[in-house]
Amino acid sequence: MTDWRPPFSLVASWLGLLALLALTVTLAYVPLGAFNVVVALGIGATKAAMVAAIFMELRHRGARTMVFATAGLFWLAILLWLGSMDFLTRT
Amino acid sequence: MLKGRAFAPQFASSRHRDETAELGMWVFIATEVLLFGGLLLGYFVYRHANPLAFAEASRHTDIVIGAANTAILLTSSFLVACAVDALRANARSASVALLAGAIVLGASFLGLKGIEYADEYREHLIPGIDFVFDGALANGVQLFFVFYFVSTAIHGVHMLIGIGVLATLALLVHKSGSTRRRAALHSAALYWHFVDVVWIFLFALIYLPGRSGG
Amino acid sequence: MSEIDYLNASYTLRSWFLTTDHKRIAILFFASLTVFFFIGGAAATLIRIELATPQADLVSADGYNRLFTMHGVIMVWFFLIPSIPNTLGNFIVPLMIGARDLAFPRLNLASWYLFMLGGTVTLFAIFAGGIDTGWTFYTPFSTLYSNSYVLVAVSGVFIVGFSSILTGLNFIVTIHRLRAPGLTWYRLPLFIWSLYATSVILVLATPVLAITLVLLAAERFFGVGIFDPRIGGDPLLFQHLFWFYSHPAVYIMILPGMGVVNELISCFSRKEIFGYKFVAWASLAIAAVGFLVWGHHMFVSGQSLLASLVFSFMSFIVAVPSAIKVFNWTATLHKGSIRFDAPMLYALAFIGLFTIGGLTGLFLACLAYDVHATDTYFVVAHFHYIMVGGMVTAYFGGLHYWWPKITGRLYSEGWARAAAILIFFGFNLTFFPQFVLGAEGMPRRYHVYPPEFQVWNVLSSGGATILAAAYLLPLFYLGYSLFFGARASANPWNAPGLEWQTASPPPEFNFATQPMVTRGPYQYSTDFEPEPQNA
Repeated sequence: MTDWRPPFSLVASWLGLLALLALTVTLAYVPLGAFNVVVALGIGATKAAMVAAIFMELRHRGARTMVFATAGLFWLAILLWLGSMDFLTRT
Repeated sequence: MLKGRAFAPQFASSRHRDETAELGMWVFIATEVLLFGGLLLGYFVYRHANPLAFAEASRHTDIVIGAANTAILLTSSFLVACAVDALRANARSASVALLAGAIVLGASFLGLKGIEYADEYREHLIPGIDFVFDGALANGVQLFFVFYFVSTAIHGVHMLIGIGVLATLALLVHKSGSTRRRAALHSAALYWHFVDVVWIFLFALIYLPGRSGG
Repeated sequence: MSEIDYLNASYTLRSWFLTTDHKRIAILFFASLTVFFFIGGAAATLIRIELATPQADLVSADGYNRLFTMHGVIMVWFFLIPSIPNTLGNFIVPLMIGARDLAFPRLNLASWYLFMLGGTVTLFAIFAGGIDTGWTFYTPFSTLYSNSYVLVAVSGVFIVGFSSILTGLNFIVTIHRLRAPGLTWYRLPLFIWSLYATSVILVLATPVLAITLVLLAAERFFGVGIFDPRIGGDPLLFQHLFWFYSHPAVYIMILPGMGVVNELISCFSRKEIFGYKFVAWASLAIAAVGFLVWGHHMFVSGQSLLASLVFSFMSFIVAVPSAIKVFNWTATLHKGSIRFDAPMLYALAFIGLFTIGGLTGLFLACLAYDVHATDTYFVVAHFHYIMVGGMVTAYFGGLHYWWPKITGRLYSEGWARAAAILIFFGFNLTFFPQFVLGAEGMPRRYHVYPPEFQVWNVLSSGGATILAAAYLLPLFYLGYSLFFGARASANPWNAPGLEWQTASPPPEFNFATQPMVTRGPYQYSTDFEPEPQNA
């Protein structure tokens, strides 16, 4: 065929992602109370960051692409935070 | 003078065109973040109001299929990232094979999802079609499953589109590895990875709550 | 003079309906938008005829509900939101930045087809029997109780949302990547800054509308109570999701108008815009802060007091960048060489009417006053001053300003000025009485009212008659100019922008050679030479 090999960074990321998946499933069964959701989302965010930085090659991109990539997240944060404010502060 | 160039007249070079296309894909991804974001708001609002019900409902999801599907998607992203790299290294047939692998995994994801939906139908957990649940938590469980089905269905539609896009790219790359197709593959890969990231969060919010019993 | 331009390059249907030329797509949009404007206007005419008398004499309550819903849905989604961006924006943006087309011409065409598809579906809903939910589709009426074509209408709006998203995406990428050499951000005309800000809102807010409509449709079609209190759902979730889009949407509707006004004020005062950077960043500030105020539509819906306070405060903040713009326009006028051509009449009208609309918005941002004024004609007057007095006025101004560039013809200045003045007069007569009605307590969306409100209603309906006639005038004299108007030169207004440095109408690929930019915009005060051209 060819002598192309998958780069080490991609393989390591893939294995790391699978490891994080195993970790998050395992930790879900550990009673941590309110921290369960923090842990689950934290691990999820880590996986997402790895996919974004390495698979989506954001680590090789300049500031403008980074701004575009994170703009959606920033506005999502506004939607979630300001949107929940009503529901969280009803008496 | 303008016709016959390798790139459209509004661009100054092929590279200009390709970089612009990637920027466009990122803008599109931002729109998708907000699309799923609306669902997330609803999920968090109702989870906050019904914590016990959401935990209980989550326990009725199939974590084996869920985890397997997550692993499948992560692997498919790995294969797609490899396909982009392979094409960059001019290994066209490797790239096509990797894309085919990713497509197979994507189809498996959808197949498992179908099995999961069928199981949920058997367990009477589909609001609006067949929902039966005993106990005081029934309302909250129903709300959870409304979000479950809407989110995973929309995600599934994105998977279908992604499979179509990957298949198209596989055919195009099979014919030629031009810089234009390299850029197109890169944009398609961005879309696929994004659909994967959405699933990462859906998995954490659907399958994991309540597993520790509370 | 038979030079090839974008209009006569080809006459086949295929060359129009499969075009990727941004200029032709702008014309396609212009034609469709004009049709929708008059359909929405017809609904408004029927509304005002009904409201001329306190009792019901033209339509039933149910029929009236369908009329105002039709008016709102069509005017918001099928006229105002696409208006300036998809007509003037599509046509002028590439010319203004020295580009040969937008970044993604085929997406541009797709945007028009999505617009037409969404419009057709929505018109079907309207003419098959209509929808009675108001353009706001509030639950649970829209999901559980309305016996109208909600699903069809919502599908139409869903589809046209994607048209919006593609347009915004195209503009953002185009403005970032296709500017001519030497055209730095601070050398861009402010029209571009405004459209950029508009496009940010288009791409980030519209998807939330899409998902909201999906949830609405799911609840209605499958009977799943997402927003149903009986199973713990919350109707306010719908409202939050809906207004997260719909409030920024009103900034989608006004920012392009403000962008046009910059061009008009500077050209017809022969001065550069005072405080250019302030105006530029004010556009972005409006877009950004506009996302933080949506709860002011929900002050009396049952929202928490803290949320209401935050949204009220942010609503005051969002007025600041708009005010900055008004001050800067006024400062631009100061000591300018003012010419009262038709576009300038529209621009001046915009400044005054937008200020009134904006200030009354501050009335509504006050929690205490809003409790009294919400759901009354005060709100109706407020947003019509901004949408019609502001945006539609700016649209007409821009249309007249760039008409020679787009069509290669000059319109009759006398008729244009007369129409502009008649529009101004008719508009104020229609909508100013509505402030009074609202303050006196007349609720909106009712087809009958207590007799003591009749005088103001008659004034308003009288004004609406004048306004309708005034809006018809441009159809005639602009249409006439297409066939019999004098041919326009490349630069009939003697303006320095790049769009004026190519022929009227422009050739297919805009510029013979790639322009380069060496100076800032609005250099009216110096004798300027055209920009250097470079292959």
